[in-house]
Amino acid sequence: MNVLSVPTSLDHLTVDELLDATHVAAEGRLLFDARHLRWVDPNGMVGLLLAGSVVQSRSGVMPRLELPENVDVLGYLSRMGFFREAQEIFEYDDRAPRRGSGPSDVLLEITPIRANVDVHAVVDRVQAQAGTVLASKLGYPASAVVQFSVILSEVCQNIIEHAEAPGFVAAQAYNWSKRLGRFVVVISVMDSGRGFRGSLNDEHAARYADRWADTTALEAAFLHGLTRFPDSGRGQGIQQIRRQVQRWNGAITIRSGTARIGQVPEWDDTPPLVDGLEPFPGSQISIILPAKT
Amino acid sequence: MTDVPLDPIAIDVGSLVKKTVTSLYSHLVTRPTGRAVRMAIETQLLGAGSRSLSLIDLSEVTILDFSCADEVVAKLLQRYLEVDAQEAFFVFCGVHEPHRDQIQVVLERQGLVAVAETDTAVFELLGAPDDLEQRAWLRLEERGLIGKDDVESLFPEDEQRAALNRLVDRRVAFRSPISGRYHALSRLVRHLL
Repeated sequence: MNVLSVPTSLDHLTVDELLDATHVAAEGRLLFDARHLRWVDPNGMVGLLLAGSVVQSRSGVMPRLELPENVDVLGYLSRMGFFREAQEIFEYDDRAPRRGSGPSDVLLEITPIRANVDVHAVVDRVQAQAGTVLASKLGYPASAVVQFSVILSEVCQNIIEHAEAPGFVAAQAYNWSKRLGRFVVVISVMDSGRGFRGSLNDEHAARYADRWADTTALEAAFLHGLTRFPDSGRGQGIQQIRRQVQRWNGAITIRSGTARIGQVPEWDDTPPLVDGLEPFPGSQISIILPAKT
Repeated sequence: MTDVPLDPIAIDVGSLVKKTVTSLYSHLVTRPTGRAVRMAIETQLLGAGSRSLSLIDLSEVTILDFSCADEVVAKLLQRYLEVDAQEAFFVFCGVHEPHRDQIQVVLERQGLVAVAETDTAVFELLGAPDDLEQRAWLRLEERGLIGKDDVESLFPEDEQRAALNRLVDRRVAFRSPISGRYHALSRLVRHLL
């Protein structure tokens, strides 16, 4: 069995390593070794599920997942609903803890997005919990829950309308006391569909000629609002998400294929454009919203 | 005979959403939901005759995303601006701060304008009016009604009068086919609020 080591810290900064490693992993049954996982955020959890599902589709067999040894990490994965989705993707031993029935501190558990009804479910769920978190942790006004819900709705619809494959969404609040000195909310939305290049290819590739690539497709959608639909009312979701994230001084990055594009504020040193990643299907969106200063 | 051959109707979008989707809340999210709600509104207007004025009430809608705003506001307006469409006028009420940005964005993107009640008894022209249209609309809104004989004095320049008539063409002001008087749409729906 081939072994893929999961980074000890699996978050928005390291998830590309995992996705890249998944692509280059040798053929045959794969083991995701997460025994040394010490820290994981929604990007890490959703990325791990996505990597597993890509491997499963490629090889036709469930990859194996070695669970984290750290009981806190295991418990957190459980609270985020990781194992509910993982059981369809990975084979793993039965150490995975069951979720407690008490009140949860989770902003948005890992939720599969397959159809529009799932988007409604996400918005319903967020309505019930997000207001308190956004106000108490981020210091946002009460009305921010509406814009937060709109962001989630648009970004999840992106999966349904463009990916033509299922995906996952998750969100949680963290105290980035060392990194930023304040709380943040991290949102992750990922799918393993056809990606931005695939979605835009028929309508826009010819115009770009030999410059057409994952980078130009991402720029076309992210910066210029291009969409595969001829309807001029389409394509504004990503644009408006960018605008709202900017208003909150947040960061948004989208990986698709071999490139990742981002709108990064001054507190984030992530490069705005990365190319030359390993080709990974679909699109992977990370949004980080910091507390008001 | 009345000067305004219109019988304004109120359409509660919140209740249409509840009939359209299974949700505990009145969330106007996802494009198929918006499309279904728009079609429900269009169905209601089928029986409204060749000329209608509708008050589209968004006050019970909690979340309105951009896809739905595009369907329920922009595409609804576009549909009735087509050459062969019935003459339909719309006023959107309950357009408070949480919805305003989404509606403004979709109207601007499609080059449309719409009359909206943005606070209690406060009406604004949202979307993409030019300066002359904006000023003409504000003057009409202040007065509520402008008689045919007052047009020359209130709008002395040709371009100002042209702007007033564009408001009628863009369906954000009503000119009576009987008297030629101009009516602010807000005045015509006030009794429904």
